[in-house]
Amino acid sequence: MKEIILAKIGEVVLKGLNRKNFEDLLIKNIKRKLHPIGAFEVKASQSTIRITPLSEDIDMDEAEDKIGKVFGVVAYCRACAVEKDIEAIKSAAVEYLRDTLEDAKSFKVESKRSDKKFPYGSPDISKIVGSHIADTFPELEVDVHTPEITVTVEVRDMAAYVHANAKEGAGGLPIPSGGRAAILISGGIDSPVAAYMMAKRGIELTAIHFASPPYTSERAEEKVRTLLEIVSDYAGRIEMYTVPFTKIQEEIKDKCPEDLFTIIMRRMMMRVSQKIAQQHECLALITGESLGQVASQTLGAIACTDETVNMPVFRPLIGMDKKEIIAVSEKINTFETSLLPYEDCCTVFTPRHPRTKPKSDMVARAESAVEWDELIEEAAAGAKCTVIYPK
Amino acid sequence: MEVYLDNSATTKLSPKAIDEMLRIMKDVYGNPSSLHSLGKQAEDELKRARETVAKTIGADSGEVYFTSGGTEANNLAVLGAARARKRRGSRIVTTMIEHSSVFESCKELEEEGFEVIYLKPDAQGHISENDLADAVDKNTILVTMMYVNNETGCILPVDRAARIIKKSGAPALLHIDAVQAYGKLPIKVRKLGCDLLTVSAHKIHGPKGCGALYIKKGVYIKPLFFGGEQESKKRPGTEALTQICGFASAAEELTDLSEKLDRITKLRDHTLSRLLSIDGTVRNSPDDALPYIINISTNAVKSETMLHHLESHDIYISSGSACAKGKRSHVLTAMGYSNLRADTALRISFSADSTQEEADRLADAVKEGVETLVRIN
Repeated sequence: MKEIILAKIGEVVLKGLNRKNFEDLLIKNIKRKLHPIGAFEVKASQSTIRITPLSEDIDMDEAEDKIGKVFGVVAYCRACAVEKDIEAIKSAAVEYLRDTLEDAKSFKVESKRSDKKFPYGSPDISKIVGSHIADTFPELEVDVHTPEITVTVEVRDMAAYVHANAKEGAGGLPIPSGGRAAILISGGIDSPVAAYMMAKRGIELTAIHFASPPYTSERAEEKVRTLLEIVSDYAGRIEMYTVPFTKIQEEIKDKCPEDLFTIIMRRMMMRVSQKIAQQHECLALITGESLGQVASQTLGAIACTDETVNMPVFRPLIGMDKKEIIAVSEKINTFETSLLPYEDCCTVFTPRHPRTKPKSDMVARAESAVEWDELIEEAAAGAKCTVIYPK
Repeated sequence: MEVYLDNSATTKLSPKAIDEMLRIMKDVYGNPSSLHSLGKQAEDELKRARETVAKTIGADSGEVYFTSGGTEANNLAVLGAARARKRRGSRIVTTMIEHSSVFESCKELEEEGFEVIYLKPDAQGHISENDLADAVDKNTILVTMMYVNNETGCILPVDRAARIIKKSGAPALLHIDAVQAYGKLPIKVRKLGCDLLTVSAHKIHGPKGCGALYIKKGVYIKPLFFGGEQESKKRPGTEALTQICGFASAAEELTDLSEKLDRITKLRDHTLSRLLSIDGTVRNSPDDALPYIINISTNAVKSETMLHHLESHDIYISSGSACAKGKRSHVLTAMGYSNLRADTALRISFSADSTQEEADRLADAVKEGVETLVRIN
């Protein structure tokens, strides 16, 4: 009895003539993801990718977990591959799914036959396998409408597969089908979630982090690296640029009106980020802002921030409540790390009463006290690169 | 050379303790509970270590129970004492400025139905003897207080507590968390009249992961762990002999405490006068605090920022307690200080080896920080 993993491709199949490209990317990503645990054969047929381990000692639990984190897979399950023989299929259904079926209350069997040379039709296969299961587990009831377990038998070209309920996959599109964009990451709850959400749409990430030593510490930076490491489990390799931001922040604090500190800081961050993004072929910036969450995230403030750059700024969390954002961060496992209490560049100089409806001409006037171009150039040029790999 | 003035967080290992631990690791690997001669050899070392530590607090060696550190000893004392006495009363008296290992244990006891009174310090950080006397009633089964506060160095009236309990007629045990006082003030458990007393190895140049609880002979407390017969069943588990012997070795060096205290008092006065000459800087510890700990606020630069500034000069101090990084100090808040004062607080803690050169380098660097870093006021 040989065990494999079946991954269902979702939206990818809708992509017409591009489908082959998407499929190839997905296969490549799955191979790369599984590479550390052993050798697999990964092949697509119809809307399914068949993942077959090439040696006996491969940890299939680990492989299954990894497949669950590949974007472009909508559902996946472990399956038993058997020869195309009805007796073999019957016994595989009972033996391979024994633990699952023993714990369940009801089941049904669904069959798919793409090999039309197989002597039984789909309804017959279901009937034969179903009654064999019912005979073996007398406690188990047949329920064709809302079964607890759906046993699926697929008779394909090379072999027949038996499996039970599939798990929900990570969804989305394979990376880097969406191109490259740069995420501004601080270390809070929101930005890692924003990074994850854009990666899910096939975006390849570059990360930009602003550090202001001695106002922020080594630990704050390490926290961001840890967060990106978790995100990279989904998003793959991430290049992180740490920008020395102390000088700009001290200038703002020294020369600009207090109620505009945050908005001016955000504008400087965007300008520096755009420079870095362009150097590394990113077509957009990504931020973790959610409308109205804090003073710098009001519509007025966002409008005022965005006019400093001329590339798209993606804000995937813009319409989400904090509770919803936290739910995602818990799902992807960044929440606890995000809570670590280190100063980040956004909390260092918080004005007591930040302006919530800044006007852009007013902000531009307030900024004009300083010659920023050189400082921005210097900050972007001083950014240090760290490459983050999934653990 | 680095300037390490964060000795209330932890101390540098004494070279003698390191040698002793190497010896034990290499040569004395037996289990003290084994019946053969290697076991006996280990048991002998354990016995010697216990006697050494007992001597430093004026206890009998049978009254010293080794634990994994101060936190475990405090948990064992507070939870064990309350649970053992729950039929005799339900009140526990403690303070608002305890270490989190006592504070959180008290919170746990509240969940279990005990009533906990948290005494509030005055603006100096002092806990009033009268407040303590008022709080201890006939229903009180445990009084738990620290000897010296870890953030301000304030000395609590633990030496009066035994008499107060006796006068009230309460069936209360007295637990003293002496982690910050140990090795700095002379401690005699009989004189203090306490039933339980916590000490920790890594605050006296011993290893981390080791501490001890003094339990007065005849006093019963409930254990937290269950297992073998080690530590008279109060703390089962094979003894961490390496750390315990390192602890004992460091404890052997706790001599001439009053000479050391005199020297550190002078060093404290010098350091303080330098620090308080910085514009805006105020002192948070009272005049009669343990001189090993200085707490000040710059009222200008955030603690964390100042810490990173100092570390760039290879100087290491703390913003409060090392156990609560990033959080506003509950001690300074309880003393009624403003947020600005609490957010700009710095704790400097000496060891007996600290020098005036180190203090001067610190004062220079703090001054530079206040003058150059962005202020939050």
